[in-house]
Amino acid sequence: MLLETRGLTAHYGQFRALFGVDIAVAAGECVAIIGANGAGKSTLMRSITGVIRNEPAMVLHWGEPIGARSSAEIMKRGIAMVPEGRRLFPSLSVEENLLIGGQARKADGPWSLDAVYDLFPILRERRKNAGTALSGGQQQMVAIGRALMSNPELLLCDEISLGLAPVVIRDIYAALPRVRAGGTAIVVVEQDIGKALAVADRVYCMMEGRVTLVARPADVTRQDIHAAYFGEAA
Amino acid sequence: MIWVDTLAQGILLGGLYALFAAGLSLVFGIMRLVNLAHGDLIVFAAYLVLMGVTLLGLSPWVAALIAMPLMFALGWLLQIGVLNRVLGKDILPPLLVTFGLSVALQNGLLEAFSADSRRIPAGSLEGASLDLGIVTVGVMPLLTFVSAIAVIVALNALFYHTALGRAFRATSDDAVTAGLMGIEPKRIFAMATGIAMVVVTIAALYLGMRANFDPSIGPARLIYAFEAVIIGGLGSLWGTLAGGVIIGVAQTFGAAINPEWQILAGHIAFLAVMLLKPRGLFPRAVD
Amino acid sequence: MYKLTTRTRAGTVTATLIVILVLAGLALPAVASRGMIQDLFFILTMLTLAQLWNLLAGYGGLVSVGQQAFVGIGAYAMFAGVILAGWNPVWAILLGGLAGLVLAVPTAFFAFRLQGAYFAIGTWVIAEVTRLLIAQWKTLGGGTGTSLPREATSNILGTDAIRALFSVREAAARDILAYWLALLLVVLVTGGIYWLLKSRLGLALAAVRDNSEAARSVGVDTGRLKWAVFLIAAAATGLTGALIFMQTARISPDAAFAVTDWTAYVIFIVVIGGIGTIEGPILGVIVFFILRSALADYGSWYLMTLGVIAIVVMLFAPKGLWGLISARSGLHLFPVRRRLTGPKIEGGF
Repeated sequence: MLLETRGLTAHYGQFRALFGVDIAVAAGECVAIIGANGAGKSTLMRSITGVIRNEPAMVLHWGEPIGARSSAEIMKRGIAMVPEGRRLFPSLSVEENLLIGGQARKADGPWSLDAVYDLFPILRERRKNAGTALSGGQQQMVAIGRALMSNPELLLCDEISLGLAPVVIRDIYAALPRVRAGGTAIVVVEQDIGKALAVADRVYCMMEGRVTLVARPADVTRQDIHAAYFGEAA
Repeated sequence: MIWVDTLAQGILLGGLYALFAAGLSLVFGIMRLVNLAHGDLIVFAAYLVLMGVTLLGLSPWVAALIAMPLMFALGWLLQIGVLNRVLGKDILPPLLVTFGLSVALQNGLLEAFSADSRRIPAGSLEGASLDLGIVTVGVMPLLTFVSAIAVIVALNALFYHTALGRAFRATSDDAVTAGLMGIEPKRIFAMATGIAMVVVTIAALYLGMRANFDPSIGPARLIYAFEAVIIGGLGSLWGTLAGGVIIGVAQTFGAAINPEWQILAGHIAFLAVMLLKPRGLFPRAVD
Repeated sequence: MYKLTTRTRAGTVTATLIVILVLAGLALPAVASRGMIQDLFFILTMLTLAQLWNLLAGYGGLVSVGQQAFVGIGAYAMFAGVILAGWNPVWAILLGGLAGLVLAVPTAFFAFRLQGAYFAIGTWVIAEVTRLLIAQWKTLGGGTGTSLPREATSNILGTDAIRALFSVREAAARDILAYWLALLLVVLVTGGIYWLLKSRLGLALAAVRDNSEAARSVGVDTGRLKWAVFLIAAAATGLTGALIFMQTARISPDAAFAVTDWTAYVIFIVVIGGIGTIEGPILGVIVFFILRSALADYGSWYLMTLGVIAIVVMLFAPKGLWGLISARSGLHLFPVRRRLTGPKIEGGF
């Protein structure tokens, strides 16, 4: 199994954010994690990527315990993150933001600077601009491109539709199938249920730090999701 | 024409201050670390170079060349072993740790070398001067200024045209996200301090050749260096040069009016700039 | 029925102990040697400076590396009062407080434009500027300094009474008077700080220190608060400086504005003892004094040791010795936490 979490718990000081979360992602899969604000989705992402440290055995990469490793170590294993809020580097140009995504890990794969510019042509025009001088949608493209530059095995997309217009979201999501075709598994954390269900093989729903639903999109009804999302009958 | 002479001297003095400040600017810009021991580290490096000259019979330039990797290692170890552990949102711990380091260094040097004034012998360069037409300048100050420019050009090239430089800038912007890109902030910081110590060695060479030094002069160099960095603005090495020149010129003009006013004039120039532009002359957008 | 109180048993016990200690301290000159009185003077004045720096940095979040400016200006104001205006040195001490206050205004004006590390360096530069300017004041000795004139030192308020009371010589009587004033000052300053922290101002300070934005959002005027804390600390530091140099009776710009004596040592005391607590500096000054006495003969080793200790403490015990003690025992000798007292509240909806 490419990535697994087992009984993952996380705290912010005294406040417990995750209560024993189990998820699994197989190679090449696309998994969606949905849930309301504060459900723990981002905490989950941060735990997986080492921003929050946990017990080693709580997060497994091909069976190896990585729960206590640093972000940099985890990234070098091929787990790349598109962080919530994009988090581009203001001191770097668009092109430099992309380059920095690929400089710590040299791996074979379809993604290079040119390939990213093919995926998001607008970026080629804007390559010399400061990363943060772009529109929200373009910044999101840079953030995704940046993560792809290291040819990751697994791409974690944390709320990539947040704050973007529907037209822009559509363009962003149109890129994901091409990412999958390149061999990268994807985890999509979303508040937009429709988008998540449309793109995922499996979906997890979280509420208040727990997984409340695991299913294939085809197998669930709106009522199931509503119940899992909000914790009450539709 | 005395004022042109004073101006020239001031500008060249600014080169020395810029050298003092360049290493500080690097570290301050990348990790917001206020290293109160910076001046004492310059003095330490000067003694290192001096030992190379007196004990090993090397020329100052070769001695400095050998001292550079040693200082790099010192900076690296200092960052990894001590400073990385206290870096964080609170500015107090690094301030206090480096304060302790400053005091420990000064007194360690005092024990090892006594309070006697020392000088790095520069041979024929010591009194040499160059006629540039409108002014005659000392060769040493001119060399210092040219070195400062060379160092700043080199550092900027590092920052803006290498992968390491990208990593520096990214870590300075957002250390957590830099981690997500596979960059270990702690190692970046160690690298930065190491490089800063190499620059410190160059500064120490010129400090030691130009004038007498003893273990106690560190804090004054630190103040000039900081003033230059702060006047220049966070993150701008050319700004640091500008800051150094402003202080240098203020000092030489102050001294020309009344020798007792030299240092005071520099401080007043600093305060004047701070009053008008609290973030410095060329600050980055992000602070 | 219900009221907010900060009183705890440990606090009450401490208060009683302090009263006893102070009374004992007042009576001490009857039995103590002159050397001991001088040592105690040093301890008490350093403690005062430490408590004030702690108020600024530990509680107010204003890390100043330039408090020596106020020590120096206070001392010089006192000397000016005596030499230029013929005041009695004891009254001239008050001028020191005034001078500190006056210097604090432009200092704060400049320094508050700067943040964090810039602020620290800014305060240091201002102290240096003050030192360099004072060194130009020829009437008070310029760069080499001056001493209190004979007529002034032999007529210090109260020394005649002390000479009679304890049958000591004039110089020793001066030391005893200085010691008593130091005792008074440390009690006033420490008591004042404690009272401040218990007051609404103190609550506001704690809020600002924890989260400036949040504090502002509930109406705390952070700007005025910073000014208030800075001015108070500067005035009291000026008073202390004046007292210190009244005892030495000799002044020079380098001594009055020494960054080592009035900032480095003070910071060490606060850091080693425990920043952000009133108990910390007390513990710190005791440790500092013991170290100083033990290593006094070793010159630079003493300072080197201090430097290394400061590094080690910040690495492994950032809350200082008192922080370690307080964490283990839960002891707070100067309680500032507000608790609700009154009848027990029954639980449940």
